[in-house]
Amino acid sequence: MRWAIPELELMDTGTLGCQGCGGALSMRLVLKEVGDDAIAVVPACCWSIIDGPWPLHALKIPVFHTAFETAAVVAAGIKAAKVRQGRDTTVIAWAGDGGTFDIGLQALSGAAERNEDIIYVCYDNEAYMNTGIQRSSSTPLGTWTTTTPDENPEPHPKKDIMGILAAHRIPYAATATGAHPEDLARKVRTALAAKGGMRFLHILSTCPPGWKLPAEQSIEVMRRAVDSKVFPLFEVRDGRRYTITHWPERETTITEYMALQGRFAPVRHDPAVLARVQRDVDERWAWLVEQHERSLDTAAV
Amino acid sequence: MPERLLLTGNHAAAYGAMLSRAEVISAYPITPQTMIVELLSELTASGKLDATFITVESEHSAMAACVGASAAGSRTYTATSGQGLALMHEMLHWAVGARLPVVLTNVSRAMAPGWSIWSDQTDILSQRDIGWMMLFAESVQEAQDFVIWSYKVAEQVYLPAMVGMDAFILSHTAEPLIVHDQSAVDAYLPKFQPIYDLDPAEPRAYGGLVNRDHYFELRYKIFEAMERAGRLLVEAGEEFGETLGRRYTPLEEYLLDDADYVIVSAGALTSNVRQAVREARRNGIKVGLLRLVAFRPFPFAAMRRVLAGRKKVAVLDRNMGPGHSGIFAAEIRSAMYGMPDAPPIFGYVVGLGGRDVRVDTVADVLYDLITREEPELALFVGVKGLAIGPVRTHLEVRR
Repeated sequence: MRWAIPELELMDTGTLGCQGCGGALSMRLVLKEVGDDAIAVVPACCWSIIDGPWPLHALKIPVFHTAFETAAVVAAGIKAAKVRQGRDTTVIAWAGDGGTFDIGLQALSGAAERNEDIIYVCYDNEAYMNTGIQRSSSTPLGTWTTTTPDENPEPHPKKDIMGILAAHRIPYAATATGAHPEDLARKVRTALAAKGGMRFLHILSTCPPGWKLPAEQSIEVMRRAVDSKVFPLFEVRDGRRYTITHWPERETTITEYMALQGRFAPVRHDPAVLARVQRDVDERWAWLVEQHERSLDTAAV
Repeated sequence: MPERLLLTGNHAAAYGAMLSRAEVISAYPITPQTMIVELLSELTASGKLDATFITVESEHSAMAACVGASAAGSRTYTATSGQGLALMHEMLHWAVGARLPVVLTNVSRAMAPGWSIWSDQTDILSQRDIGWMMLFAESVQEAQDFVIWSYKVAEQVYLPAMVGMDAFILSHTAEPLIVHDQSAVDAYLPKFQPIYDLDPAEPRAYGGLVNRDHYFELRYKIFEAMERAGRLLVEAGEEFGETLGRRYTPLEEYLLDDADYVIVSAGALTSNVRQAVREARRNGIKVGLLRLVAFRPFPFAAMRRVLAGRKKVAVLDRNMGPGHSGIFAAEIRSAMYGMPDAPPIFGYVVGLGGRDVRVDTVADVLYDLITREEPELALFVGVKGLAIGPVRTHLEVRR
């Protein structure tokens, strides 16, 4: 089934996003579904800039800017106040991967454990892009960044943030990309329908300057991320029931995924690294398919 | 009718938040503040206080939750101590920059290492230059009342306020407390109705990027608001007297009329200073007490008026600023600058890490003050192996 994307636009065209910014696209698509009775909490991240300097403001919902590590808990505080005012406003914490995987993980875990009634969106561009491309714990194995230079590319695989959120047994968590807008829109709707508890959306968001990819290839790279199973699209209910929501459409190798991105130049031709990345991807995918099938079995019972 | 109870400083602080009708409370346990959080949890759970309690995973998040809730229009309260206040530091700045009248009780505790949960005001004074109003309670009554007084001013100037209370000496000491009539407090402190509350009908951005053309002005407005807070503290303190029967002032003067010597202190140790002053008066020594109630905004004019022309002034600091002196002493010296009849300021560091500051200790300080000719930046009182001596003497002793 294909889902229509709402015509509603809550993001103006005049943002300070770079050309081909996946993070700006993610915001635009999410807000189309969320609607205008919403408040966004933005910690230090690219979106601190993208929204524009005072007195400019690119979004047609209120944005509260906050400190790097506090998106989840500030959103919880805002929600508490709005509930007391009898308002049903959707409160969205909108953080990058640094503010989610690294410095914001503690407050995120606290909010998830308390099952705060917020939607937490991590738009993941896989490094500290706003400060000039430094590695985060979301940066994939083998990636060049300014703190993992060519001579010593990222030595660790990407942190499994979805596994961490699932372990908190929150009502709903899902992965998405702006290159799969129908899937993304449906997940936002599912998240909205699951209100009353913590919802987490992990949206892969390309960064043309940081990934060293041509801006016009932004969508193509996100498609390849999904088709190569590097970034599978799935959702998790209550931390247990996994559903793969989008099966790869065309056979794509990790080499093809990496090909368009200069950030993988140091390892693109290194068979040992490629083998390790492929093994990680395959293992993860097999595990996911297993979870997906187990959930189907459970549902059948 | 007001109720008269026997309560600890911690429980009084919780009553202060309840009487103020705090709407969102977020806190994290830390000794010796924990009883505040516990009582607020009970009051909230029992419905005596209609508030939302968010039990966060750190003090940093406690202040962040308060920032969010305050920005969205709720009256918010938290309490912490020592390390917890230090961890909050970044978000303390956020509350000021975002102009949010959050109120916080800090039970002042020594900073680690070594681990110490005892009284020491270096924790709160390390937060001096952020833009929080700072009040120091001397009694259980004030631990309650200053929370109410703080909201009254904070919500007019859109700046946060913290009430300092000394660990154990006040936090765990029970004293008679008058719990004001709720309707009287309501009359004094009406519901918080902020100008902005993140209303989606008015989609603004709050606290975002601001360039060099505007940031400076925003900071100036904070400075200006704090000056206004100085005037409002006096007014609100008088109104407190009219409405709730206890008048509060940023500076408290005790037996100062004819005093040659003045001892300045803040917080709970002031009660022993008061006693020492009374005893010295009986021995014919013209000494008085000046209690610093409000540290921010700093009561410059009143301080200068009160201290001008005195023979000598001793400042008791249960805190220290290494490389300078006791923090209150440094501030008071600075307030005296350029005044033709400025008194010499003798700085005495006392009672760090909860070392007792007894009436006798204050008497020792007074004797030293009277007999010592030249003021020292920081005289340490009661350090082992040291009579009352300046830092360099202490170092000589160690050598």
